[in-house]
Amino acid sequence: MQQQFDVLVVGGGPAGIAAAVRAAECGARVGIVDDNATLGGQIWRGDSAQASEAVEWRGKLQASGVTPLCGTRVFHQPRPGVLLAEHDEELRVLHYRSLILATGARERFLPFPGWTLPNVMGAGGLQAMVKAGLPIRGKRVVVAGTGPLLLAVAAYLRKNGAEIPMICEQASLNSLARFAVTLLGQPQKIKQALQLKKEVGGVSLATSSWPLAAHGKKAVDSVTISRRGKSATIACDYLACGFHLVPNIELPLLLGCQIRGGYVQVDNLQQTSVRGVFCAGEPTSIGGVESSLVEGQIAGLVAGGRTEEARKLFGARERARRFASLLDQTFRLRAELRKLPSPETLVCRCEDVSYARLQKHVGWRAAKLQTRCGMGPCQGRICGPATQFFFKWNPDSVRPPVFPVRVENLGAFAGQPDPQETAISGGHE
Amino acid sequence: MPDQITLVVNGSPVLVPSGTSVAAAIAIAGHACRTSVAGEPRGPLCGMGICFECRVTINGTPHRRACQVFGETGMDVRTEE
Repeated sequence: MQQQFDVLVVGGGPAGIAAAVRAAECGARVGIVDDNATLGGQIWRGDSAQASEAVEWRGKLQASGVTPLCGTRVFHQPRPGVLLAEHDEELRVLHYRSLILATGARERFLPFPGWTLPNVMGAGGLQAMVKAGLPIRGKRVVVAGTGPLLLAVAAYLRKNGAEIPMICEQASLNSLARFAVTLLGQPQKIKQALQLKKEVGGVSLATSSWPLAAHGKKAVDSVTISRRGKSATIACDYLACGFHLVPNIELPLLLGCQIRGGYVQVDNLQQTSVRGVFCAGEPTSIGGVESSLVEGQIAGLVAGGRTEEARKLFGARERARRFASLLDQTFRLRAELRKLPSPETLVCRCEDVSYARLQKHVGWRAAKLQTRCGMGPCQGRICGPATQFFFKWNPDSVRPPVFPVRVENLGAFAGQPDPQETAISGGHE
Repeated sequence: MPDQITLVVNGSPVLVPSGTSVAAAIAIAGHACRTSVAGEPRGPLCGMGICFECRVTINGTPHRRACQVFGETGMDVRTEE
């Protein structure tokens, strides 16, 4: 199926929704694509979708006439102006004049012994599972890793009846205290922090603490943690473990967007180095929902032709970016975490490649060719950020398809005539 | 929408609230999702469609990500254990 848009937004989280709404308000014909079954991204999901901000933006989206394309996964750009996507295994050909990439972020996972056991999940991962119906009442969940998400997840799980024996944060108490002091200048953040403190009150929060090993046979039953140099073992039903977030830059890379320091480089108007391609939200810096909303709005307004209106939001974006850089500093990974894996620890879960096998290689490409690390279905999305941290390897390029697709659909673009011609004739595949 | 749905996981019916993902239903039924290359049991990791650890066969189609699909009554789910 072929579809034509003035502005196509990839990613249905806060940045994508804000971008789509603003572009549509400018009179553009807008489509918004998301891999998930519903819009809202990782943050506005389940009962969090009922938060007032989420309700407000979804309302605006519904009123705006934007075409939502959920359960649709973009996998290739055969040429500028056209993206190929898959929906229920069917090919979708999406034409656009302007493209706004709002592909969000994912959790960073660091391998340690036992991390492949069932019920060891991401912190956000377990939260998403609970939002999608996983019963958690009465379960013991150790929450570990780093980042503001840990407290939010612990609070959420507790509210849903889980027992949280401990939250292990690798950042030091000093670093968290500096973070808290800086937040004093931001009343909104203080309010959020106080609310969280109330919700996780009574839970033991260990700083300078991280998981050393998860234990269990068919699933995790306990975890050994390091806490200020000493180790302790805690019984648990789940280990929710994520090390802050990494931006999803596979699609921007595929399109040729310039990347700096792991983030998509954008100018004041959220334009990437590729003409007609904008980027907003987490791929430009991990700043959370506020920075996503303001960047999305700027991108949407500029793509819709209202650049002057977009300029009025620059001040708000500046404040949001200061918060992003504060997050970066506070939750920077400590060097000791490079020693997390044992030689036998699997780093690549898709192909079961151990740390010892990877250690012999000089770079990502060599490791891929020799060990199949990063060559499985996740395409290095999980092990890539880990090897980047452990070995300072950088993925050199992204090749289509950026997600596994059906062979028929893969073949559809290889020998496909110019899709524009097909579109004009109104034909189907 | 009905309050409860019944899907079939590895041949056995599982009753879950509607709005439950296939990944959550598999966990409720007490199964892992797949067996790794080296023979380890694996379950969901990321919960957001990126890691592919929860891939299963749904209604005969292999490699569906169970965390991205809502369960439906009569859905036939086969884990790749």
